[in-house]
Amino acid sequence: MLRLSGVGRRFGTIEALHDVSLSIRPGDFVALLGPSGCGKSTLLRLIAGLDQPDSGFLAWEQGHAPKPGDIGFVFQDATLLPWASAAENVLLPLRLKGIPREMAAPEVHAALHSVGLDGFEAARPRQLSGGMRMRVSIARALVTRPRILLMDEPFAALDEFTRHKLQEDLLSLWQDLRCTVVFVTHSIYEAAFLARRIVLMTPRPGRIDHEIASPLQPGPEARLMPAYAALVAQVTHDMQRSMAV
Amino acid sequence: MKYAPTLFGLLALLVWEAAVRISDVPSYLVPGPVAIIAAFLADPDGLLLSLASTLLVTFAALLVAAALGVMLAVGIASSRLLAAAIQPWAVVLQVTPIVAIAPLIIVWVGDPFASLVVCATIVAFFPVFANTAAGLASAPTELTDLFRLYGAGRIATLSLLRLPAAVPFFLAGLRISGGLALVGAVVAEFVAGSGGFASGLAYRILEAGYRLQVPRMFAALVLLSLAGIAINFGLGALASAIMRHRGDG
Repeated sequence: MLRLSGVGRRFGTIEALHDVSLSIRPGDFVALLGPSGCGKSTLLRLIAGLDQPDSGFLAWEQGHAPKPGDIGFVFQDATLLPWASAAENVLLPLRLKGIPREMAAPEVHAALHSVGLDGFEAARPRQLSGGMRMRVSIARALVTRPRILLMDEPFAALDEFTRHKLQEDLLSLWQDLRCTVVFVTHSIYEAAFLARRIVLMTPRPGRIDHEIASPLQPGPEARLMPAYAALVAQVTHDMQRSMAV
Repeated sequence: MKYAPTLFGLLALLVWEAAVRISDVPSYLVPGPVAIIAAFLADPDGLLLSLASTLLVTFAALLVAAALGVMLAVGIASSRLLAAAIQPWAVVLQVTPIVAIAPLIIVWVGDPFASLVVCATIVAFFPVFANTAAGLASAPTELTDLFRLYGAGRIATLSLLRLPAAVPFFLAGLRISGGLALVGAVVAEFVAGSGGFASGLAYRILEAGYRLQVPRMFAALVLLSLAGIAINFGLGALASAIMRHRGDG
C-alpha cells in the first residue's frame, strides 16, 4: 500500500537517509532495526508525512493516500497531555477530527479496553506508571482505527518485564485489528519477537542494508522457541557484518 | 522547623525594641515596634483606607497587565511577523524606570486613579507577558507533531495544546507581576503624591515624613510589606489550587 523509492533526506551536511527503497503491504509488521543515527526515526517521520524527502518519493497505493486519523503514531515517550485524564488524552484525535464527544465516547472506551486500561479513564498521566502511560499512548493511536500504526521505539524506556508484556499485548492487538505496523527499534530481541519483516539499517549515511523475513509463529511462546534464538543469532550476525564494512 | 521564621521574627522585634529603649534613641529617628503599633492604632481608619486605595490600584493594574500580557503573548505565538515586530519593544517597557516616566503619564492621562493604574501596569506587565509567551512555546515537539498528524488547525492547537501548556508559566508570571504591581502603584503614588494627589499609602508616608511622624511612616511601611506578602502568598495559593485542580501540579 506504500512504496518508498530512492528516498533521501539530509540535515545540513549530515545525510540522514540515502537511497531508501521499501514497500509496505497491508497487514505487515515491519521492524526498522539499527543503531542510533541510522535514520530509522527520520524514515518513520517521512512515512507519517511529518517531514518531506529531499530526493526520491513515497507513493501510496491508488486511493490509499492517508487522511488524518489513517495513521497512528506512538512516540518513545508517551507524550500525553499532562493536564488531561487518560480518557481525555485518548479522545484527543477524535476531537481534532471534529467528532462530537457523545459519538466518540464508545470509541474511547473501546480503545482503553483494548490496551487493558478499563477503570483508569479518569486517571491523570502522573498517577500512572510508565507502562500504563504507554498503554494510554497506544490507545490514543488506535482510537481513530488507523490503517497504519507507526511506532518509534515505544518500549525503549520501560523495564524489561513491562516491555515483554506490552510487546505481547501489541502482537495480539495487531492480530485482532489487522492493521499495518511499522516499528522502529534498536533492540534485536524486540525486532525478532515482534516483526514479520526485519529491515536492517546502517548509519552514516542511513540506509537499508537488507531485510530478513521472520519464520516465527507470532505469539507469547515465541520467545521460548529455538527458532527465536536462531533468528536473534542470524540478525546479530548480519548486523555485525554490515556494521564492520 | 515550622515555627522558625515566626520565632526569628519575634526575636528580632524584641531585640529591636530593647535596643531602642536602652540606647534611648528618639522615636522621630528610629521608632521601636511598640511606637509603630501605637502610631497605627492612633489612626487605623486613615491608614487602612489608604491601604485599600493602594490595593485597588494594584489589583486593577495586575488585571490589566495579565489581560494585555496574555493577549500579546498569544499574538506573538500566532504570528512570526508580530513576534519580530513587538518582542524587542516589550523589553523597552521592562527597562524604562517608572519613576522617570510617571510624571509624564500623570500629566498625559489626567485622571489620577487611571494614571496610577497605567504606571503600575507598565511595571507589572513584563513578567506575565514573557512567562506566558515562553509557556505557549513550551509544548514538546512530539505533541505539536501529533496535532499536525491529525490535521489540527491553528485555533485547535492553541486552545487544546498551547494555552493549557502555558497555564503554569502564566501563574508563575502572575505571582511576580503581583508584587511588581504593588511596587509600581507605590512608586506612582509617590510621584503623584508629591504633586498633591492624596490617596494611597505612599502619600501617607510622604505626609508623615513632612510632619516628622516617623512612627506613622513605619506603620504605613509595615502595612505595605504585609500587603506585598499577602499578595505573594495569595497568588501562590491560587496557582497551586489551580494546578491541583488540573491534576498535573
